Amino acid sequence: MRNLIKFFSRRRSWSLPYVLFMAVFVVMPLVLIMLYAFQTKDGGFSLENFERFVNQPEAANTFIYSIGIALITTILCLILGYPAAYILSRLKPSTASLVVMLFILPMWINVLVRTLATVALFDFLTLPLGEGALIFGMVYNFLPFMIYPIYNVLQKMDHSLIEAAEDLGATPRQVFVRVVFPLSMPGIVSGIMMVFMPTISTFAIAELLTMNNIKLFGTTIQENINNGMWHYGAALSLIMLIIIGITTLFTDSSEEGANEGLL
Amino acid sequence: MAESNHIIEIRHITKNFPDKVVLDDVSLSVKKGEFLTILGPSGCGKTTLLRLLAGFNSASSGEILIGGEQMTGVPPHLRPVNTVFQRYALFPNYNVFDNIAFGLKLQKVDKREIEQRVKRALKMVGMTDYEHRDVQSLSGGQQQRVAIARAIVNRPQVLLLDEPLAALDLKMRKDMQMELKEMHRTLGITFVYVTHDQEEALTLSDTIVVMNEGKIQQIGSPTDIYNEPCNAFVADFIGESNILNATMVHDRLVRFMDKEFECVDEGFGENVPVDVVIRPEDVYIIRNAEAAMFNGVVRSCIFKGVHYEMFVDTPDGYEIQIQEYNSFEPGTEVGMMIKPADIHVMQKERTENVVEGKLIDATHVEILGEQFECSAVEGIDGGEDVDVAFDFTAVELTDDPDDGVSWGTIRFILYKGDRYHLTVRTDEGENIFVDTHDVWEDLDEVGIKIAPSALRVTKRVEK
Repeated sequence: MRNLIKFFSRRRSWSLPYVLFMAVFVVMPLVLIMLYAFQTKDGGFSLENFERFVNQPEAANTFIYSIGIALITTILCLILGYPAAYILSRLKPSTASLVVMLFILPMWINVLVRTLATVALFDFLTLPLGEGALIFGMVYNFLPFMIYPIYNVLQKMDHSLIEAAEDLGATPRQVFVRVVFPLSMPGIVSGIMMVFMPTISTFAIAELLTMNNIKLFGTTIQENINNGMWHYGAALSLIMLIIIGITTLFTDSSEEGANEGLL
Repeated sequence: MAESNHIIEIRHITKNFPDKVVLDDVSLSVKKGEFLTILGPSGCGKTTLLRLLAGFNSASSGEILIGGEQMTGVPPHLRPVNTVFQRYALFPNYNVFDNIAFGLKLQKVDKREIEQRVKRALKMVGMTDYEHRDVQSLSGGQQQRVAIARAIVNRPQVLLLDEPLAALDLKMRKDMQMELKEMHRTLGITFVYVTHDQEEALTLSDTIVVMNEGKIQQIGSPTDIYNEPCNAFVADFIGESNILNATMVHDRLVRFMDKEFECVDEGFGENVPVDVVIRPEDVYIIRNAEAAMFNGVVRSCIFKGVHYEMFVDTPDGYEIQIQEYNSFEPGTEVGMMIKPADIHVMQKERTENVVEGKLIDATHVEILGEQFECSAVEGIDGGEDVDVAFDFTAVELTDDPDDGVSWGTIRFILYKGDRYHLTVRTDEGENIFVDTHDVWEDLDEVGIKIAPSALRVTKRVEK
């Protein structure tokens, strides 16, 4: 009994549930993906799945196309999101938090419901579904993830830096280019990471908004796994994970404290 | 032009924020090449005044001229001034060199010249060879040096400094003070320096402007301000002082602590209430109580490094602060003397409270935003505007703001030897003044009561 009390009173013991959760839901699936990716159906080790990815242009093409869509989405989110975040950061705190709330509010509704609503909206306006609708849907869904980290960085920026720049002779434009924008880089990097990565693996939005006409990489993985091709699906997932991992490393080293914007 | 040697002209500047007046009709001229310090407690409007000069805020009314040119509507980047900020405000995305070169690059100065000027500025602030350091790796003192270099490298006509040393430790502050003074001499440009530290102001300045509650209290050289404070606020704020209520009997004779003292001041009139200021170092203490001007008992004696600081109680309830090179044991009976020249007589700013109000009916008057009972008023109709006067001692303050008829916040405490003279600001922003023996603290919320018989109601005289 005493040992039990002692065990629970230690602070590190409290982390046990989280460690278990991470082990079961993060580490184990990753290990399983690794195992499956390097196995054939009969269980032997092989690189067959990867060879198939390289040799079959279809999957590789989808992958490249997905990255393209993700890039366009990210750039559009940045173009739309930065000014929004900038304007927000200049508002009175009470007004700003209200507007931020309005941006975040749709996130309370499930992404599928929102996307179905988008489909209905496009039908109502008799707009064609397809690539345009896909990009619209992606930007609509991921815009808040771009705005929020940038807004956070801008809002926390020391206002005296802006005054110092003005004082040293910078016009409002120069203040923005030389001080505000460079200092908001951590927020931009956070925003890019939060938009770019999930967009690569999206599939539901693509399916619904293109009537299944356009396939993204996420769709390819999902189809393979749904059709019982676990090993090939796992290999595709692994490839995607590695590519995303590399971009993360790249952004991390290029901009220290990129996560600042998330806080 | 007669004012050609004035680099800055501030004329009737008023600045209102939504709920208060920050600057109230401030006028000030700054001479070319002068080291001028704006000194005052926090919230007195000194930083706002500096920000108006830099162009970060605009005045509600009045005008500012810098170098003879109207500055109204001129944005900060077009003004011939540079600012050193309290919290340095260095750009964290640039290194030391690029921070200092920021202004020069914007002016499109030749690259080689930029390099020379940055190096010279760095040398001036004692930071040679720091060009390529990351600004965030520097200590507070070093960051402030870079901030100063960043401002002076642009050769502004006026350098504005907003409490630049406030964030540094004492030793560093002392060193930097000396360096700033040296820098001012070498550069020959005008410095406008804002601080709440009176010692710093006395050390650095050619001219000190003492501000309180958005108004200039006194402008003068450090010695003038210290030796001839023009009112009780300045006397209390600059250095240590004994401030006492007194009556000017006639020229060169003043009465306080129930005794008459010779002094050197003239022209106040006869039997006029005044304040006197006596600096603690100007009170002489002697063991022989017989020969003294007045007596007392030492209550406490603390060693302060160069001198001892003593508090002496007089038989009639006054407390006198004294600085002396010799120590006297607490409990010792001592005699004290003051030279006539060391008694500074100041005009009293006020001798009673006068507030504007409205008569409700014969026994009620609306002042300080509330209805107060008063003794029966004759000859004035209900609803008429009135002036209401009452003595400082007539006001009773209560701990619980809800206990009083009106309420307010204690904004300024002046010790007058035997009583406290408090400034109480009501919610409506009116100041009333209270004499009390009770001890209150700055910013205490208090209830305000006034005895009905103490209110003297008169018809409003339009000025």
